[in-house]
Amino acid sequence: MQNLTKGFFKENAVFVLLLGLCPTLAVTSSAVNGLGMGLATTFVLIMSNMAISLIKDLIPDKVRIPSFIVVIASFVTIVDLSMSAYSPDLHAALGIFIPLIVVNCIVLGRAEAYASKNNVFNSLIDGLSIGLGFAFALTLLGSIRELLGAGAIFGINIPIFPVDQSNAPITMLMFILAPGGFIVLGYLIALINKIRNV
Amino acid sequence: MIYVTIILSAIFVNNILLSQFLGICPFMGVSKKIDTAIGMGGAVTFVMVLATIVTFLIQKYALEPFGIGYLQTITFILVIASLVQLVEIILKKVSPALYQALGVFLPLITTNCAILGVAILTIQKDFNLLESVVFAVSSAIGFALALVLFAGIREHLDLMNVPKGMKGTPIALVTAGILALAFMGFAGVV
Repeated sequence: MQNLTKGFFKENAVFVLLLGLCPTLAVTSSAVNGLGMGLATTFVLIMSNMAISLIKDLIPDKVRIPSFIVVIASFVTIVDLSMSAYSPDLHAALGIFIPLIVVNCIVLGRAEAYASKNNVFNSLIDGLSIGLGFAFALTLLGSIRELLGAGAIFGINIPIFPVDQSNAPITMLMFILAPGGFIVLGYLIALINKIRNV
Repeated sequence: MIYVTIILSAIFVNNILLSQFLGICPFMGVSKKIDTAIGMGGAVTFVMVLATIVTFLIQKYALEPFGIGYLQTITFILVIASLVQLVEIILKKVSPALYQALGVFLPLITTNCAILGVAILTIQKDFNLLESVVFAVSSAIGFALALVLFAGIREHLDLMNVPKGMKGTPIALVTAGILALAFMGFAGVV
């Protein structure tokens, strides 16, 4: 049980360990994109953790890292192709960051630090926990940015901004652009540090 | 003219770090001192240009003729990983001085998403070989520029009186946000 909840708070990849910042900042311009990226990464993380823990005794120690990368890259390719077939809109929105899951330090980090030392079931739980924690962080960040930058969460309008003559809300567009990502994440981490220290 | 557009756009308008979010890990990790930032910038420039040329040739002469484009991700990451190893071995032998300067940064580059990102972007944008090289060089310059600028700011930040909860990463991220805001001023130049 503790193994399952650690990914959300104690070892949250984004807020505590600061891993995988590239996709975290790049795709969270809306809550849906954040959730999609989070779930795609979770899938890769679970599958690669399981596969690596199954074959860990067959891989010579010296070529460990390249072998892990090949396993991860295969699952990323599966996600990439399935997503472009079943959800082309999301695939277009996430763009280059789907193939870049390969170089997400979280996935390789869990393979090296956990899956290569533990059994299949524990690795599955570990992948699920860290992956959902990552998805949670991305969705939270995406929701805040979408709320401040577009006045909506998951596309549902939330009337917190004044409206102009044509009834469109006057929002802070900066938050869905690049600088907003850095600033919102900075303040979120500061808030979490504060909560953790109390 | 097209080259000028590519150069200006890759360095300033679509800066790889501050507007494309590629390579944020080293951006946060090695930007505490200007010296290390320059070293990292140099290593990234070197590997990025080499990797882009090699992956471009592989895409055009191996993957496309045989219709195995779906192997792109796997091939590229393997090529980049082995290229980094190769560069490390060659540098050690040929130019120990350069190896001393770039050495520690080379292994870190394999998992730098800027390298794989630029390699894939080059293919997506359908550049020819010369355009690809120009794009890779200017992306790398943009990367190094942002990294060195940010390291300079962070050196000053250490001396400032920052609220306790904001110390370290949070204030660095907010600063990066303001830097990104400044770079947004270039939008519309090309």
